[in-house]
Amino acid sequence: MNWFRYSSPQTFYPLAGKMVPWFLAAAAVLAVYGLYVGFFVAPTDFQQGESYRIIFIHVPAAWMSMFIYVVMAFWAGIGLAFNTRLSSMMATALAPTGALMTFIALWTGSLWGRPTWGTWWVWDARLTSELILLFLYFGFMSLQAAIDEPRRADKAGAVLALVGVVNVPIIYFSVQWWNTLHQGASVSLTKSPTMAATMLTGMLVMALAFWMYSIAASLIRVRAIILERERNSDWVKTL
Amino acid sequence: MNWGSIGEFFAMGGYGWYVWGSYAVTIVLIAAELVLVAARHRNTLRLTKNGSQANRR
Repeated sequence: MNWFRYSSPQTFYPLAGKMVPWFLAAAAVLAVYGLYVGFFVAPTDFQQGESYRIIFIHVPAAWMSMFIYVVMAFWAGIGLAFNTRLSSMMATALAPTGALMTFIALWTGSLWGRPTWGTWWVWDARLTSELILLFLYFGFMSLQAAIDEPRRADKAGAVLALVGVVNVPIIYFSVQWWNTLHQGASVSLTKSPTMAATMLTGMLVMALAFWMYSIAASLIRVRAIILERERNSDWVKTL
Repeated sequence: MNWGSIGEFFAMGGYGWYVWGSYAVTIVLIAAELVLVAARHRNTLRLTKNGSQANRR
């Protein structure tokens, strides 16, 4: 099977259309199961009481906010290096969903911080670098929107996205490098998790749900972008 | 099971505003994104169809 066939907008458009319902369905099923575990199976936290149940959306949204940025910068970089149109369109399609995930992470974090820390916001390294991530998404989107010629917008956006990627490890390691009010990671690849198994299950299932949702939303958006950019080509006219 | 009643579930041990404030905003934003992005695709599709009919004429 020749996967490069799908690097053309014309062949990817119907393929993406077929994939969207599956990713949406997966997101819905995982979210229902994850919320069931999160609210009805996972016990009350002995320190935080019920307020900790916010982490079932906070942590997945924060993970996705960083992950989507890396994927966006990857596709933008591929588009810049190899001049492939679809990769650049994919980067453009990912940005709004990434910004949404970043906002959700900040919003839910604020609502968790108020009862737990006694403050809605603090300028510590983790919160500040996550806010910078939101501004990087906004910067990428407004830069692209400001340039009329799509291929020039792709290139300018790619440079911004690639430079901004240094912020992702800063967010991730901020809790180790600096003395932050934000706690260190409870889940990491190198250590066993420091939380109850059912809490961890709920969080991981919700992370998968957010992941599947982000793919679905980006695929719908990339389909719209493909049509917008290719509207003068023959295959779009025969749709 | 963590909750004795519906009321206890919504109260979230006194953290109701924080927990439901988080979940409500998340659900509203995700629903809004889905509606907007689907509308963007649908409108573009409609415009391209109108455009192609105009071209044929």
